[in-house]
Amino acid sequence: MAEEQPATPPPAKAEKAPEKAKAPPEPKLFVSAWPHVRSEESVPRIMWTVVATLLPATLVSVYFFGWDALYVLLLTTGAALGTEAAIQRLLKQPLTIEDGSATVTGLLLALTLPPGSPWWLGIVGGVIAIALGKQVFGGLGYNPFNPALVGRVFLLIAFPLEMTTWQLPHPPMLGVEAVSGATPLGMLQVGRLTGKGIGEAAEVNLWDAFIGHIGGSLGETSALALLLGGAYLLYRHYITWHIPVSMAATVALLSLPFWLWDPTRYASPQFHVFTGGLLIGALFMATDMVTCPTTPKGQLLFGFGCGLFTLLIRMWGGYPEGVSFAILLMNAATPIIDRYIQPARYGARGSGASPA
Amino acid sequence: MMTALTFHGGIHPYYGKELTQGAPTEEMKAPQRVVIPLVQHIGAPCEPLVKIGDQVFKGQRLGEAKSPVSAPVHASISGKVTGLGSFPHPSGKEFPAVVIESDGRDVWAEEALADRPDGLSLDPAALREIVRGAGIVGMGGATFPTHVKLQVPAETKIHTLVINGVECEPYLTADHRVMLEQTPELIEGIKILRRIVQAERVVIGIEDNKPDAVARVRAALKGEPDLPAEVKVLKTKYPQGGEKQLIKAALGLEVPSGGLPFQIGIVVQNVGTAVAVYEAVRFGKPLIDRIVTVTGFGIRHPKNLRVRIGTRVRDVLDACEGFHGEPGKVIFGGPMMGMAQHSLDVPIIKGTGGVLVFPRERVAAEPFRPCIRCALCIEACPQGLLPNMLSVAAEGLHFEEAKHYHPFDCIECGCCDYVCPSRRPIVHHIKHVKAELTAKKAQAVKKAS
Repeated sequence: MAEEQPATPPPAKAEKAPEKAKAPPEPKLFVSAWPHVRSEESVPRIMWTVVATLLPATLVSVYFFGWDALYVLLLTTGAALGTEAAIQRLLKQPLTIEDGSATVTGLLLALTLPPGSPWWLGIVGGVIAIALGKQVFGGLGYNPFNPALVGRVFLLIAFPLEMTTWQLPHPPMLGVEAVSGATPLGMLQVGRLTGKGIGEAAEVNLWDAFIGHIGGSLGETSALALLLGGAYLLYRHYITWHIPVSMAATVALLSLPFWLWDPTRYASPQFHVFTGGLLIGALFMATDMVTCPTTPKGQLLFGFGCGLFTLLIRMWGGYPEGVSFAILLMNAATPIIDRYIQPARYGARGSGASPA
Repeated sequence: MMTALTFHGGIHPYYGKELTQGAPTEEMKAPQRVVIPLVQHIGAPCEPLVKIGDQVFKGQRLGEAKSPVSAPVHASISGKVTGLGSFPHPSGKEFPAVVIESDGRDVWAEEALADRPDGLSLDPAALREIVRGAGIVGMGGATFPTHVKLQVPAETKIHTLVINGVECEPYLTADHRVMLEQTPELIEGIKILRRIVQAERVVIGIEDNKPDAVARVRAALKGEPDLPAEVKVLKTKYPQGGEKQLIKAALGLEVPSGGLPFQIGIVVQNVGTAVAVYEAVRFGKPLIDRIVTVTGFGIRHPKNLRVRIGTRVRDVLDACEGFHGEPGKVIFGGPMMGMAQHSLDVPIIKGTGGVLVFPRERVAAEPFRPCIRCALCIEACPQGLLPNMLSVAAEGLHFEEAKHYHPFDCIECGCCDYVCPSRRPIVHHIKHVKAELTAKKAQAVKKAS
């Protein structure tokens, strides 16, 4: 056959059909299991998109708190990234800070810290979040609890004073001086503990809460910015509506009868939804893919539990805010939810394999 | 129906059908040499009926097995048997095969010739025996012996014969061309299949990306008032052509887990198989050739080719003017469930509907990342499984744990791999789980006996 003869054809012909000019070397063929095509989706793309969706809330915090927000953001995120890199180097594992997940953890944690908090607070939180929240379990994907929340709850228990000293928004661009002040949920708790009903919390303007002009953590104050980011995550299908809606609806529906019964003692559903960490928790933390259930039904149950525990802690607990604890508690329930709530399996109903 | 007929889950990959769907099937010249594996089906391998030096003719039986679940293989050219031994096989392993060197005459064997214009009047058992003797297997790629699939227990009533013209596998257009170019043969084949399984009615499932095929088959059915058959147009979505997904979409029924379609009164056959059945019954022609879609961006001239079984892929590629640039992967079948080949000496077999060539730059060996439980695979799984849990269990070698997640319901369609942002080899993991659990079960049975 012509292909097997070592011929030397004229160059023009060789250009036209180079394979046939002489027996070509066998091509190196790749072999792998099917399928041989994949979508464009990737872990870095998901994680960096989450980072991007947190930017509105981040920018709002810098607008309202200026430098007091910026250094917390930088130090906390830096600590998270540094810890991830250090541990992976120590364990001689491939470095994966490029995947964006440590940035998500650091940024999320920073957004839950008080503006103007001591410089070391965010660093300690970032180290704990990555080391004890994530790497100790084997890194990305293996952590049962949301790492940012592990860091936050550690700080809440270890440094209660530093974690509950708040500033009121003071846009530096407008030349406003920083003043300390209480958060709406803080006011509510003081009112409850002093027997004054909802107390000063009654004065809170919910429009201020919606745009973020209230006291609170860096990123939890502006409902608008959080909703913007969350909407994009929904659009991109990186989260589904099930957890945010069931968590917020549970808080709203369960607080409604109390408020109707005695609005001087109990805050309104809209107050509960738009203050504190509910929105950042429901949109960005409870929806953490690694630590929430994987099926729609399981996610509805998970969101319900998050909402229930949040409200229980807010109304009768020792802390003014319960979102972090509620989500961590439900994180612990995720494996069992996933085990028992599985999707409708094809052909499961007739699995006796008997003729129909 | 208010919504398009479809199933739950699935994906929309790049289909690539435009490369070949408008290309009429070309006859590939009989090659100088064929390598005919004695295993081209699911079931017992054939025993060779010839020896080195024998003169054989086209259509002559080369191998046969005693087992009921098997299919004979036939010579696809005339010539001399020059080899009998282990040869590379599309499965990636080596299997016994018969090598024939052509005498250039391409002469039919006497035994393979028949003329049965009244084939439809034969009784079902006789028709089934013709199908078996012709070595016909599921040509959609599953390669299960067709006569076995057509053997329905006497007490089972088949209400619907479903004809699979879906061809959901990206890039492949062989079935599409069959429906366009061999419509009369297809209809005759359907009649024979319906007679064999005594089905009340026939439903032909075609995806809505092949409107010309839908129109052609519908027009042909207009001339068949005695054939209770209808075309159902299904939404284009992978894996719509999976037997279970097709039944769900076309009939709204589910095959019981672990069961077979006949248990709910259904038999499914591929369009290519139906044509092969017709040719066997009408002319006695055994399955010695098939349409292969030779395609992909790594091939110079993508085509639909009628290729003799046993033709080495090297020759098939030459018939399409060879590689375009440096090849990266040569896949038998489509990109979702095809087998990547390591050698160009591998022959086309009965189940090879496509030869897909990916250029080197489109092929990347990428390490996979940990599962981040994003649940995209759960949404994509057409079987309603938790592929993520199976994958993680397999990775940790926790095979007993994996049982909770129904590994044997997996149809290995690859949707989970496709959507996975961590690029995990999920199907590979699930196959591992199945293999381990099957081996364990076999061991337990052995111990007990």
